[in-house]
Amino acid sequence: MKVLKLMFKNAFRHKLRTSLTIVGIAIAVVAFSLLRTVVTVYNAGVDASAADRLITRHAVSFIFPLPYSYKDKIQQIDGVELVTPLNWFQGVYIDKDQFFARLAVDPETVFKVYPEFILTKEELDNFKKERNSCVIGIEIAKQYNLKIGDIMTIDGDIYPGRWDFVVRGIYKPKDKTIDGTQMFFQYDYLNERLEAESPMRANEIGWFAIKIKDPNRSAEISVKVDKLFKNSSAETKTETERAFQQGFLSAVSAIITALNYLSFIIIGIILLVLANTMIMAARERTREYAVMKTLGFSAKHLVGLIMGESLLISILGGGLGLLLSFPVVDGFGQAIPKGMFPIFYIEPITIILAVTAALSIGIISSIFPLLKALNTKIVDGFRFVG
Amino acid sequence: MAAIIKVKDINKSYQRDNFEVPVLNNISLDVEEGEFLALMGPSGSGKTTLLNLIAGIDKPDKGSILVADTDIAKLSESELAKWRSHNVGFVFQFYNLIPVLTAFENVELPLLLTNLTKKERKEHVVAALTLVGLEDRMSHYPKQLSGGQEQRVAIARAIVTDPVIIVADEPTGDLDKKSADDILLLLERLNSEYKKTIVMVTHDPNAASKAHVQRHLDKGDLV
Ligand SMILES: Nc1ncnc2c1ncn2[C@@H]1O[C@H](COP(=O)(O)OP(=O)(O)OP(=O)(O)O)[C@@H](O)[C@H]1O
Ligand SMILES: [Mg+2]
Repeated sequence: MKVLKLMFKNAFRHKLRTSLTIVGIAIAVVAFSLLRTVVTVYNAGVDASAADRLITRHAVSFIFPLPYSYKDKIQQIDGVELVTPLNWFQGVYIDKDQFFARLAVDPETVFKVYPEFILTKEELDNFKKERNSCVIGIEIAKQYNLKIGDIMTIDGDIYPGRWDFVVRGIYKPKDKTIDGTQMFFQYDYLNERLEAESPMRANEIGWFAIKIKDPNRSAEISVKVDKLFKNSSAETKTETERAFQQGFLSAVSAIITALNYLSFIIIGIILLVLANTMIMAARERTREYAVMKTLGFSAKHLVGLIMGESLLISILGGGLGLLLSFPVVDGFGQAIPKGMFPIFYIEPITIILAVTAALSIGIISSIFPLLKALNTKIVDGFRFVG
Repeated sequence: MAAIIKVKDINKSYQRDNFEVPVLNNISLDVEEGEFLALMGPSGSGKTTLLNLIAGIDKPDKGSILVADTDIAKLSESELAKWRSHNVGFVFQFYNLIPVLTAFENVELPLLLTNLTKKERKEHVVAALTLVGLEDRMSHYPKQLSGGQEQRVAIARAIVTDPVIIVADEPTGDLDKKSADDILLLLERLNSEYKKTIVMVTHDPNAASKAHVQRHLDKGDLV
């Protein structure tokens, strides 16, 4: 199209104004990408929770332990495929800022209930054999440069004392949505020491994960489990893993919802910024458009000229924003504690949304000035005084 | 000699707020081919309105306007646009150049609507700018030119498509005496050497004296 050159020249007629608009769009796109990433990553965590897994915890609160002996009783219930106990260990590795999940588990069952953590047969066998062995996620191995056979020393806080673990397995997450930053070690290692040092705390477990045969029976089985321990000293509360995760993060959930709305409000703000620039520009050029129409240029040309300019600015701003989004989101992912959002990356859908938003904004912003230019009669255009 | 422009019984009024303001009352006017006509009259008498109707950038409420045998009052918007680009060259009081385009690009603008190649366009643009004496100012932007030079670029833009008629609305209205004389000389040359029919609106008796025919408008009537 021959008016292309004029379109480019128009776009950069006010260099400062156009640059500010582009930077404004870019910042908004970065903010959008960051917010969307937080939202999608959070939702991915919830979605990744399996529908065929139940979590049984203490009825009063997550922080009260359950007797280890519940394991065998739950296993007897009809519809239960496999039960595995898990216990939050925490402790300090290197220093307090190194935050990732450290759990005491049952090596015989844990990876059967959690098949999304992939381990070779050899690694699993070694993990089962050695009392103080541990398995770590590949992300943790990378971050701390740990190899099979290395010793991890953890300073206990919930369970005081010095704990040495030897890495016997490095698991790979099944896909991007699975957390690769956990550490598992043998519950027996913990329990034996508790029996010796503080027997009151021995033979207790944080929660049970239950793999069920048929996800459709989750409600029924949950009721059965809780009924089993009704009126005991430690009543239970059983729910699907998804409900458990959402409940665990319910406070976060409200914030996430707010972020979700905010990300779209930002899109609205960019729309206003660009629309404002375009309206100002078109207003200043009222006479010029009248001249072009006088010379015989048609609606098609004006659409190319005005919508083209708007799209050019939105594409430049959107492109710059996307380019900046990757390092910014990455940096944000590094800055927050590892365990908070174990997986932090820009989802393709975020990119698609940002690109779509930028393009739509380019088109929508040009509609008003375009209609104005098209509907202004030539004689009125010449009489217009800015 | 045949009349190239035949304005017959046209009326034109504009809507202002809720009532009609009559601007032209039953105007008829013939312009011979090759004529240089000056339209004069007090401010608000309807000179610009009449010129716009002849040039096809506005339409009469009633009556016909034949230009080279085409009744332009009957054309649709898009037909008119096409017709203008082939038949009319425009010169305005305030030049109306596009500020982000160079003199060359401004003159080239109407040629973008033709099928000419880039090379052919260049030849036409250079010829037009040479005719107005600005062959050494081709890459200048409007703000780097004087008012008189800007108006000469505008004249080059008006003639580059080789139109049948040239309309000029107070082409010297914003210029000093010397520049105004240059512009008038140029219009006279276009008329005498290139046989262009010119309709010029002006307030200035000196400018009007260069034309062959002077017509006066008063409150919408030709006198
Ligand atoms: N597009 C328009 N909308 C409304 N009124 C208009 C329009 N164009 C002209 N008029 C009115 O029509 C009348 C004639 O205007 P016109 O511009 O033709 O006068 P003119 O003779 O060219 O005056 P001047 O010498 O001041 O340029 C004026 O009263 C003007 O206000
Ligand atoms: Mg006028």
